[in-house]
Amino acid sequence: MTALVFTFVVVVVSAVAGFLGALTGLGGGVVVIPALTLALGVDMKIAMGASLVSVIATSSGAAAAYVREGFSNIRIGMFLEIATTVGAVAGAFLAGRFSTHVLAVIFGLVLIQSAWQTVAGDHAATRASSSDKLASRLRLGGEYPVEGEKRAYGVRNVPAGFGIMFGAGALSGLLGIGSGAVKVIAMDRAMKIPFKVSTTTSNFMIGVTAAASAGVYLSHGFIDPRVAMPVMLGVLGGALLGSRALVHAPVRTLRIVFAVVIGALAIEMIVSGIGGKV
Amino acid sequence: MNDQRLEVMIGRLLQAGVLLAAAIVFAGGAVYLVQHADAKVDFRHFAARPGVPRTFRGIFQSAAAFESEGLIQLGLLLLIATPVARVAMAVVGFFMERDWLYVTVSAIVLAVLVFSLMRAA
Repeated sequence: MTALVFTFVVVVVSAVAGFLGALTGLGGGVVVIPALTLALGVDMKIAMGASLVSVIATSSGAAAAYVREGFSNIRIGMFLEIATTVGAVAGAFLAGRFSTHVLAVIFGLVLIQSAWQTVAGDHAATRASSSDKLASRLRLGGEYPVEGEKRAYGVRNVPAGFGIMFGAGALSGLLGIGSGAVKVIAMDRAMKIPFKVSTTTSNFMIGVTAAASAGVYLSHGFIDPRVAMPVMLGVLGGALLGSRALVHAPVRTLRIVFAVVIGALAIEMIVSGIGGKV
Repeated sequence: MNDQRLEVMIGRLLQAGVLLAAAIVFAGGAVYLVQHADAKVDFRHFAARPGVPRTFRGIFQSAAAFESEGLIQLGLLLLIATPVARVAMAVVGFFMERDWLYVTVSAIVLAVLVFSLMRAA
């Protein structure tokens, strides 16, 4: 196809990705990578580079909105980012070593987990109202607004959370995704942090994690301007619209549809990866 | 200046950075399409293309010459810089609060980011 057609198609697909991402919290790589590789025949590594760009775009683009609501916790984010950024650099190096087939299969497996996560329920049953010893020393606890007043919360299981974050970072570097879902799991379930604090803090973190991989991706040449350009612009536009629509959207229904779609894409990615077609 | 106000400021700066980056990428995209709209594209096989600038200096030079690749790469660099700037501003913010533990924590994150990006320089 011609550059013009390709660019146009990618902008539209990326806008859909950004739109859905803003509504469901899953975005970036989840839609962009399968669309580019399966539908448009783009090499997996170039798709990963473009996806990484879209992750940073959504994270930084939405930054002001999340902060203003007073949910995200910068100390938790920063502390855990030590683990994710180191993991991301390691993952990004590995991405240069693995073949695209292997990356496609790993990506498919991660997609299945994301699809499951989207419908299987969000919340851990117990919330920590106070921090354990390590978390107290690190001053990770905070307050968040609940029905007009501020409720205090604590944090638990810091080493476990730290370990999971390293894994999330490595996946992010390896596949060019945000790993937002894994980060939210680590914070919400392992560290008992309130869900909205987890999701907003994750949004801040995915951009930083992606930036850590970006240097490596740039030097390997994974980021192709002709693909990254329409992806970035499309995702930004879509995310902007999506965050406006959030108030009226039937999020639960969307999540189910989304999960089914990416579940199907996951299977296709794995099959294509094994079959050597990606 | 407290945590909340600092973060709102940081958030607004980030959004401005993203918009600027998008504008530059858009400009590069426009140049690209004007020049190559009918070119056949094939992204099926990854191979690091020789013509695309990958060092900071190469990118700046290419962008200054209004080449589409350089412009887009410059916009992408600016985009990548936004979360890095966020961390740098957090270091400053923690410093102003005299929170030495978190000055250290965020400085470590900043160091990892800078290390990663220096590889591309």
